[in-house]
Amino acid sequence: MTTTSLTSSRGAGRAGDKVFSGATLAAGCLILAVLFGVALFLVVQAFPALTASPDMIKGGEGFFAYIWPIVIGTLIAATIALVIATPIAIGVALFISHFAPRQLASSLGYVVDLLAAIPSVVYGAWGAAFLAKEISPAYNWLASNMGWLPIFQGPASATGKTILTAGIVLAVMILPIITSLTREIFLQTPKLHEEASLALGATRWEMIKMAVLPFARPGIISAVMLGLGRALGETMAVALVLSSGALTASLIQTGNQTIAAEIALNFPEASGIQVSTLIAAGLVLFVITLGVNMIARWIITRHKEFSGAN
Amino acid sequence: MKALRFGRHAAIAVIAAGALALTACGSDNATGTAPATPAASGPKATGTLTGIGSSAQGAAMDAWKTNFASANQGATVQYSPDGSGAGRKALLDGSAQFGGSDAYLKDEEYASSTTQCGPDGAINIPVYISPIAVAFNLPDVKELNLDAPTVAKIFRGEIAKWNDPAIAAMNPDAKLPDLNVTPVNRSDDSGTTSNFTDYLAAAAPEVWTDKASGVWPASLKGENAKGTSGVVKTVTDTPGAVTYADDSAVSGKLGVAQIKVGETFTKISAEAAAKAVDAGKPVEGRNANDLSIKLDRATTIEGAYPIVLVSFHIVCSTYDSQETVDLVKAFENYVVSETGQQAAADAAKSAPLSKELQDKAMASIEAIKVKS
Repeated sequence: MTTTSLTSSRGAGRAGDKVFSGATLAAGCLILAVLFGVALFLVVQAFPALTASPDMIKGGEGFFAYIWPIVIGTLIAATIALVIATPIAIGVALFISHFAPRQLASSLGYVVDLLAAIPSVVYGAWGAAFLAKEISPAYNWLASNMGWLPIFQGPASATGKTILTAGIVLAVMILPIITSLTREIFLQTPKLHEEASLALGATRWEMIKMAVLPFARPGIISAVMLGLGRALGETMAVALVLSSGALTASLIQTGNQTIAAEIALNFPEASGIQVSTLIAAGLVLFVITLGVNMIARWIITRHKEFSGAN
Repeated sequence: MKALRFGRHAAIAVIAAGALALTACGSDNATGTAPATPAASGPKATGTLTGIGSSAQGAAMDAWKTNFASANQGATVQYSPDGSGAGRKALLDGSAQFGGSDAYLKDEEYASSTTQCGPDGAINIPVYISPIAVAFNLPDVKELNLDAPTVAKIFRGEIAKWNDPAIAAMNPDAKLPDLNVTPVNRSDDSGTTSNFTDYLAAAAPEVWTDKASGVWPASLKGENAKGTSGVVKTVTDTPGAVTYADDSAVSGKLGVAQIKVGETFTKISAEAAAKAVDAGKPVEGRNANDLSIKLDRATTIEGAYPIVLVSFHIVCSTYDSQETVDLVKAFENYVVSETGQQAAADAAKSAPLSKELQDKAMASIEAIKVKS
């Protein structure tokens, strides 16, 4: 009796296995097909802009003259966001995983995750309507006291709607991603390592420095890379906050533009070759984001045996 | 069960409240005008009319299509505010039956419209006039007199302070502060920018050397913000800032400039805008019913306000079926009618078409017919 029931259930199991593996295979193929479809669309639609005569493109000097300042602008905004968000995120994550009382840790974790649930247009409205206004006195101070640094060269923007403000808003937006990923990784540090270093007489900070951070490093890097991906692609917040313009070294003057915001601002009224130009800009952003994600994957796989992120 | 019953009551209450609110709105709109009877004349219009185009018309179009659908059982109008360029393209390739556009068809677009619209091509009908205000944020100053070259210099960043002699000369009575001028322009591609720069290029050619364009000249350094609401908000928050925006969107906190036309400074108003549109010249080389208007931005007519956005409906002179013809005629007749223009003025604070232009538009619409 046992034998029959076993065989019959095995038979059903095999069928279920086949269906299930087929379904997952289909899902896997579908995502590849979608990615390929997007890439194909971008290339086909962008082609006219890449081959058009230079004076047809916005700015009148060809596609590459048009795209490189906004590529740099995108990278500047993302860099500001990472520089601000990474240390804060690691600090918050360490506090949650190693310092906070359990009760506080879990509620703080919820709050951080909640930050990720706020739509980007809300961040944008907050940045444009509140932060920019409040922060502009600080920019005036920077311009008059640190103006010798090219990045703080005056005169500061009167509205405060600068690439630095945009970067700060982006930093707030990517904070929850980096925090929650690094928190998970910190929690996965082997208890034995931690206890061993404490037993050897290390203080809590030394324990974190010697046991937790080295273990978590690849995970931190991949979390930062994911945050970078979000910062690069963020559209609405930047479009609302940034007072865009030509490429400028100063972070507190008006100027600079990011690819995603450029597309969002100009697409609704674009026609003909302008549409192709914007789609080509989208292609460039796609390639950059793809590159960032591939580097992140590569780092994770390289440190597979240590990383908690796989 | 009890909770369920309560839920049902609550739902009914909500619906009833909603209906009340709707009726209230409806009666509001009708105040002062005859009851809306968009389809008073002509055959009954049925079916679905599809339009694509300008987002500037969006608010007016919402009012038009709602009123039109409630007055004509079985007729609906769909409008997708994808932009003027998209609207013109959609009409030309036949994917929409009418296009909304902040600019009339270009010559080459008009020429290619014969493929879809028959030998007479498309007809541009002005349906929406919106005056553009030059709005500024100065403490204690609510009115300023400015001429075109000064406006151009302000927006090019060539005037640094509000107490600049160029401004002071035109405003002897105003208490002009020693405040930095911060021009704020639109960061997105927009019909407002296109009409404003067109005005500057025509009325102050020696200062404004850039061509008219929907995108603000990249060579000019200045603050910008997304959309009409964005620029108005930014200027409201920044003392010394100045922008251009649809008059309807300018809040009471901001001052509005009076623009020098001829020898006098003209205050922005619906009538002044309509007067400037009436002074425009028809575009040559179009069919007899076309109402493309080339605005004379440098006009010197007293009381005309030349910084104005005119948005068009572009329709075909002939359509394949009688049903479509009836529908287009009924809808466009409603749009340019007194009630239609008033509905737009209520919903979007636009300037109604002048009686003369309304009559011309109705005559053009009457000429739409089935392809022979």
